[in-house]
Amino acid sequence: MSQQAGVTMNGAQSLIRSLEAAGVEHIFGIPGGAILPAYDPLMDSSIRHILVRHEQGAGHAAQGYAEVTGRVGVCMATSGPGATNLVTPLADAYMDSVPVVAVTGQVGAASIGTDAFQEADIRGITMPITKHNFLVKDPAEIPRTIAEAFHIARTGRPGPVLVDVAKSALQATTSYTWPTELNLPGYRPVTRPHAKQIKEAVRLILEAKRPVLYVGGGTIRAGASRELLELADLTGIPVVTTLMARGALPDSHPQHLGMPGMHGTVAAVAALQRSDLIVSLGARFDDRVTGNLDSFAPGALVIHADIDPAEIGKNRTADVPIVGDCREVIGDLTTLLRTEATGGHTGDYEAWVDYLAGLKKRYPVAYDAPADGSLAPQYVLERLSAIAGPDTIYTSGVGQHQMWASHFIDFEKPGTWINSGGLGTMGFSLPAAMGAKVGRPDATVWSIDGDGCFQMTNQELATCAINDIPIKVAVINNESLGMVRQWQTLFYNERYSHTDLESKRIPDFVKLAEAYGCEGLACDSPHDVDATIEKAMAIDDRPVVVDFRVHRDAMVWPMVAAGTSNDDIKYARNLAPKFDEDEL
Amino acid sequence: MTTHTLSVLVENKPGVLARIAGLFSRRGFNIESLAVGPTEHEEISRMTIVVNVEDSPLEQVTKQLNKLVEVIKIVELDGPQSVNRELMLVKVRADAATRGQVLDAVQLFRAKVIDIAPEALTIQITGNADKLSDFRRILEPFGIRELVQSGMVAIGRGSRSISERTARPIAVPTAASG
Repeated sequence: MSQQAGVTMNGAQSLIRSLEAAGVEHIFGIPGGAILPAYDPLMDSSIRHILVRHEQGAGHAAQGYAEVTGRVGVCMATSGPGATNLVTPLADAYMDSVPVVAVTGQVGAASIGTDAFQEADIRGITMPITKHNFLVKDPAEIPRTIAEAFHIARTGRPGPVLVDVAKSALQATTSYTWPTELNLPGYRPVTRPHAKQIKEAVRLILEAKRPVLYVGGGTIRAGASRELLELADLTGIPVVTTLMARGALPDSHPQHLGMPGMHGTVAAVAALQRSDLIVSLGARFDDRVTGNLDSFAPGALVIHADIDPAEIGKNRTADVPIVGDCREVIGDLTTLLRTEATGGHTGDYEAWVDYLAGLKKRYPVAYDAPADGSLAPQYVLERLSAIAGPDTIYTSGVGQHQMWASHFIDFEKPGTWINSGGLGTMGFSLPAAMGAKVGRPDATVWSIDGDGCFQMTNQELATCAINDIPIKVAVINNESLGMVRQWQTLFYNERYSHTDLESKRIPDFVKLAEAYGCEGLACDSPHDVDATIEKAMAIDDRPVVVDFRVHRDAMVWPMVAAGTSNDDIKYARNLAPKFDEDEL
Repeated sequence: MTTHTLSVLVENKPGVLARIAGLFSRRGFNIESLAVGPTEHEEISRMTIVVNVEDSPLEQVTKQLNKLVEVIKIVELDGPQSVNRELMLVKVRADAATRGQVLDAVQLFRAKVIDIAPEALTIQITGNADKLSDFRRILEPFGIRELVQSGMVAIGRGSRSISERTARPIAVPTAASG
């Protein structure tokens, strides 16, 4: 496969050399017995290794790094528990299509299958949560495997790839040759859309009366924001961006209706629900978007564009399936629509656009300030957005803080919103912010976290403080597992079973931050929010943690209750917007 | 629910069967029959998988199978354009009194005796599923002591081969484009 003659070295050196050849500049990891040989040559490598405090942190950091750089994020761990600690980030990266390569040590080849010390079948364990994975026992296979892993992680629909390397392979003498060609007969992602499908899609777009661009995370992964803006501007079609696509089109764009789904805006939910043509661009009709599938967008034809053919028709039948990279698909659609426009053929969506604009105006994302003068979480995020601005990279975990961030931060640029969408991983935010800051040291990175999420991975504050990774953390502290509590409020008669974290009492987040060598700030009054954020913004020599002590009963609205129809969306508690009664 | 026969060409690498079996079980599809073996290409194995499933989940499972990096190609082999066979080995009670009748059945079904003992015959038969179950029904009155059956294998009729492939290598980018 290669013309070059091999260089003699051991497997560990071959591994590090291969990672260098693959273009790796940063690795997040923790050494241990089985991966130990690889850490010796790593000391002399051009690669910067960042020693984390928990392998889960390494995995999420690799995700955050990948999302802001567009490159493959790399994490490393030892066998057994080191590897199993990577399971959550791998599953997260798989759900959200993040290009990550995880390198794990495995016990020596002769011991595999003997229940050896720190042995776990991590290849078997991660089969359903990785795009692909490898077990390397022959040191000669290390360079080719690493080359294949990076190729698979980054191309097509991106995703995580795990390379498990036996310790014996790392220790053995081998010959290093970086391959010039890969032979993957079963891996041929289609990126160019079929011209016939584009033509058919354009025909439907021109005929439609109530079209909507349903923009998903694939648009972000494809780097298709510019193309999307052109398509939106050319056609005037209303746009909704899913949780994974926030920032794909500026929130300030007049056609932008916000996020659809369970906690979507009324206008965005209505745009899908009452549409006669859904143009899905890198989205996957996730249950959190569609609600009850049988009653989802009953009058809509569907153009479904995705790089992964298995997404098309998985949940909703596609009338025009288009397999391809979103950037190419959107570019081709725009080109053909422009030609049609030159010939005088354009769509007429005026009544529809007016109707949705009316809904957007009537049902903006809003909240009531707490009557007791305490701090509203939504206000914190609103002010954070205003002060930190649209160039800041925001990360979040899962839950109420994530939904409020999605709604109340104004996203203007792609790649500024990094969250755990598909898997919904508590503890994602902080390590992801760490990875993002390593990938984009020039950018301000705010980790928005809940007090529950924060307590799952805040040990990485040590990593940030020691390695000069000055992230900022906004803990939206409502002393609860807030989203679960919200469901208990709404669906379990306010019986708050085990959702009270008492985090305004224990731990003291300010002291915790200080213990980790970070700046710790606290804020519990709306009057102090701006000054606190500004103070945090001014600190750049160490990480900052702000304990925003917010009102605990704030809820996320709008909401479509799980399993119900999007038609039953509530704008606020017991308040249905009745968008279906309006005449078009 | 209808029965579908999938011929799946895979790279002959360890773990492929586990990947495929995992995919089926996760989506709750019951594999009725499975046969794995070598092909005319040393580096390619062929699986014949028989599943009982509706058309639309079948399309999804086929697409998911295609996503597996080691799966090279999937062809559905059903209907008159393909031939399928299974192999059954059956040990049937046969003493001096009944041996003649059993041997008649063997001859009628073009089966083959592969072992003889004083009280039993071991018989090999190949054919499609219907033929095998008919044969089994004929033997049952004599007393089936042991029975083992292979998974189905299938092949398309005519001169074309499903394993004709384009082995176009992929260039590895340099570190700069990492």
